Amino acid sequence: MFKRFAWIGAGAAALAPAGSGPALAAQPLPWQISFQPAASPVMEQIQWFHDFLFWIIVAIALFVLALMCYCAVKFNEKSNPTPSPTTHNTTLEVLWTAIPILILVAISVPSFRLLYFMDRTDKPEMTLKAVSHQWYWSYHYPDHGNLNFTSNMIQAEDLKPGQPRLLAVDNEVVLPVETNIRVLTTSEDVIHNWAVPAFGLKVETVPGRTNESWVRITKEGTYYGQCSELCGLNHGFMPIQVRAVSKQAFAQWTEEAKKKFAANLEPESVRVAQAR
Amino acid sequence: MAYGTSDAHGSHDHHPSGWKRWAYSTNHKDIGTMYLVLAAIGGLVGGLMSWLIRLELSQPGLQYITDLQFYNVLVSAHGLIMVFFFVMPALIGGFGNWIVPLMIGAPDMAFPRMNNISFWLTAGGLVLLLTAGFTAGGPGTGWTVYPPLSSNEYHPGPAVDLAILSLHVGGAGSILGAINFIVTIINMRAPGMTMHRMPLFVWATLVTAFLLVLAMPVLAGGLTMLLTDRNFGTTFFKVAGGGDPILWQHLFWFFGHPEVYIMIIPAFGIVSQIVSTFSRKPVFGYLGMAYAMAAIGVIGFVVWAHHMYSVGLDVNTRAYFVAATMVIAVPTGIKIFSWIATMWGGSIRFDTPMLWACGFIFLFVLGGVTGIQLANAGPDMAWHDTYYVVAHFHYVLSLGAVFGIFGGFYYWFGKMCGRQYSEAAGRVHFWLTFFGVNLLFFPQHFLGMAGMPRRIPDYPDAYSGWNMVSSLGAVVTIVGTLWFLWLVFRTFTAGEKAAANPWGPGATTLEWTVPSPAPFHTFEETPRIAPEPAH
Repeated sequence: MFKRFAWIGAGAAALAPAGSGPALAAQPLPWQISFQPAASPVMEQIQWFHDFLFWIIVAIALFVLALMCYCAVKFNEKSNPTPSPTTHNTTLEVLWTAIPILILVAISVPSFRLLYFMDRTDKPEMTLKAVSHQWYWSYHYPDHGNLNFTSNMIQAEDLKPGQPRLLAVDNEVVLPVETNIRVLTTSEDVIHNWAVPAFGLKVETVPGRTNESWVRITKEGTYYGQCSELCGLNHGFMPIQVRAVSKQAFAQWTEEAKKKFAANLEPESVRVAQAR
Repeated sequence: MAYGTSDAHGSHDHHPSGWKRWAYSTNHKDIGTMYLVLAAIGGLVGGLMSWLIRLELSQPGLQYITDLQFYNVLVSAHGLIMVFFFVMPALIGGFGNWIVPLMIGAPDMAFPRMNNISFWLTAGGLVLLLTAGFTAGGPGTGWTVYPPLSSNEYHPGPAVDLAILSLHVGGAGSILGAINFIVTIINMRAPGMTMHRMPLFVWATLVTAFLLVLAMPVLAGGLTMLLTDRNFGTTFFKVAGGGDPILWQHLFWFFGHPEVYIMIIPAFGIVSQIVSTFSRKPVFGYLGMAYAMAAIGVIGFVVWAHHMYSVGLDVNTRAYFVAATMVIAVPTGIKIFSWIATMWGGSIRFDTPMLWACGFIFLFVLGGVTGIQLANAGPDMAWHDTYYVVAHFHYVLSLGAVFGIFGGFYYWFGKMCGRQYSEAAGRVHFWLTFFGVNLLFFPQHFLGMAGMPRRIPDYPDAYSGWNMVSSLGAVVTIVGTLWFLWLVFRTFTAGEKAAANPWGPGATTLEWTVPSPAPFHTFEETPRIAPEPAH
């Protein structure tokens, strides 16, 4: 059962980029210079904000460069042997204080809107809990009979064709699309960070705390992320893999997964008692 | 700002010789020189570590560094050494000690013996840190030393304790040095040099010293709590005992953010001196420049949690830190535009120090505008802990502070050693470094955009292209560094005798009125600053 299921998951991940309709495999590509494609409203807005801000900062940098080049050409020793004695110009000084303030205000309005939009969702339809360990993840679905399992990176020698090295895991997180998902994170040992770039998600997992964020995945597909807080030896080797499927497929998956991970379904207290 | 001075260099250079001259030194110039030598050692060791990191990251897979703890130790030690034992000793201990008393017409620092102990504490800190690196696997915690990773459960053995002690000792040295600068600058200015007539490098050192005195004790307190958590059963940062690991992050960044201004503000001061000298114009908007640095220092204390946007802070708290952080862009903008306005209408000579200063201004702008992006807590979730942040802070530090150090070095090297470097060789060094560091760090923006996390020894194969380019950039900086060492060697062995003022009429500060090399004792008779000409 376990083996068969893992193979199907891997097969789906491998097929996804080949073009099965809306499916998307968001992972870094060679020589990529920009964001991974957005798969959530939050990431779409981050991309919008980045594009907006990008042209402002490029304009600022080019403006400074142009001024410096002008100085180098017009005011070098040969072109201008006699330096001007000017050391003050109140108008100019007021302007270069006031204009940056206006630019910053213009930036901060969409920035604050985005910040408050990203913070949490009012109407979560389900919850995913990600718990970090040195050096793997465990995932809990408290709304689906406390379904839970651990997720380890697949070692390079065990990779199947199509599985990206250092990103593919044995048990991926499966989530439904078009669903408001509350994401809770915590840690069992040191601080880690649960991050999926295509979702614009990056949540620190802190022992003793539960952090909340949310995601609404807009496209089916497989998405990858990596631990984003230095957590010791294998920090670079505890990736995150999320497969987003239709709501029906998700319902079906939860039933299969409950059977597959049946051993994990016992209440925590029982397992702890048995372990002793 | 032109100063009329009385003749102030009739010194008879008698001083202790041999090792006693250095070990027991109470002379600001000798101590400055020792700081510069310490910074050179720190810079080479920290640089070597970064080159090992780039070597490992030049291709995917684990090739050269297979011991992952060792990789984390390299990452941690590179950061700590570059911050505490390269940039700070060079800018504050080195140029500060050498130049500040000369610029204000003081015979020495206010507390010469304390100056000595400041230096030796700092040197002891470097020794302790290097010892930590070779003890019990070393501290693989990052320079941020976040618990629980840095706690005794996850880093047993004395490595982290030694690193903590290193920062304690180095921090104590910094605090003493900072007190010395504050007292010297406030009390020992030559008659006529009011606060508002001090050269901007002196202003920069004063602001930096205040930041050190206020920020370092907070780090020391946090480190002590971490030390007792590790060794004496306290639980300040341990959840099991009611503590909170996030408390450490607040304490650390309350120190850590002013720390980045501690590294950059002295470079601001150096760039102001250089731009004014080589444009043959007084600094444009002098008061604005001085108070912009003070403002950056003050605001720098209330923005710390922008390093912690993803730890689970309340959304209103994050909104505050976004607003406060963006405010810093305003005084920074004033500085950038004032430098350009200083150049405007000037008669500019592009000698080596001026090249470094211009490189500084443009590259600091590039690092500054990515800082504006990162200040926004929302979109920062896409960049936090990726190579985008690595690129950003290397643009402001490795290309900002370090360009300031090299600019200051070429500017004052003749004054310090009495021999002038070869102008052509200096320009080659600048262009090699400029090309190398941009090739090294610019592609890291792309890696960060695509999502590559920081501090990983191996990466998904898709990131290999830009990583390879970045490592090629590191090779160019190695060539540049070797060229620089050769240049220094040639200057000592075959450099021309430096004039008292090699830079001409633009160089108006007091250090250019004493001979090169500056005699052991200067300003034994206090110079008098001519009254300010009426506007």
